[in-house]
Amino acid sequence: MKLHDIAAILNAEVLCGGDCLDREVEACFACDLISEMLLYVRPRSLLITSLINAHVIHTAQVMDASGVIFVGGKKPDDAVIKTGELNNVPLLSTPHLIFECCGRLFTNGLKGDKKRPL
Amino acid sequence: MVDSLEYTPQITLEFPIGEKDFFMAGESASRVKKTLQQLGLRQDIIRRAAIIIYEAAMNVAIHANHGLLTVHVDPEAIFVQTDDEGAGIPDIELAMKEGYSTAPYEIREMGFGAGMGLPNIKQCSDELTLDTRVGEGTTLKAKVFFASKGTGETR
Repeated sequence: MKLHDIAAILNAEVLCGGDCLDREVEACFACDLISEMLLYVRPRSLLITSLINAHVIHTAQVMDASGVIFVGGKKPDDAVIKTGELNNVPLLSTPHLIFECCGRLFTNGLKGDKKRPL
Repeated sequence: MVDSLEYTPQITLEFPIGEKDFFMAGESASRVKKTLQQLGLRQDIIRRAAIIIYEAAMNVAIHANHGLLTVHVDPEAIFVQTDDEGAGIPDIELAMKEGYSTAPYEIREMGFGAGMGLPNIKQCSDELTLDTRVGEGTTLKAKVFFASKGTGETR
């Protein structure tokens, strides 16, 4: 699934990285805990979260995520969006909440990241 | 051996991390990752080093008065070290336990402090040592070897 497919499924607004929407998304991780993102997000995953701080961007970049979706219509401030631009992390905002996002993406064939053993 | 040294980059990067300088913790992981990518190192090794740096630097920002993050790359490994002055770790075994955390509410609100930092660092490291003095500070040293097999991630 591509990022632009996800944007359409989730009625999402693109906040930055509009030129990267043909990026492949292979799995998904939905969470509001950075510590868990740093554990479980696999390369080329989509990150779904309601956190809108700069740590989400740095985490997505460190974990090689394909992009980040902010739920509930949340949008980070301009400085955080700029951090997304600088780090080549596409940022999208959807009006839907986490469960609705996961349900829509799952029924369209996207699977969740698996827990790796500690 | 001299030949291999000539063709393998050796660099040292340093980032001072102040008390509650959470942004610098993430920023340092991000910057180191970009630098290591420019050196053309293996992606899975870079990723593991960046996770260690992020978690270790956050620990300094959360728990210490101030500290220094040092990342050194030589032909065999990436070395990550944090030296801090702060509270130290009274019980390392407990700190290594998944889910155990002493982070305050403001840290948890940011998305950190789930008690997975040190277990995650351990998982990503080929070698890890923690030297801590209660009331004085902590030194963390982690190594990721280029010859290591990695975490089994195929994607």
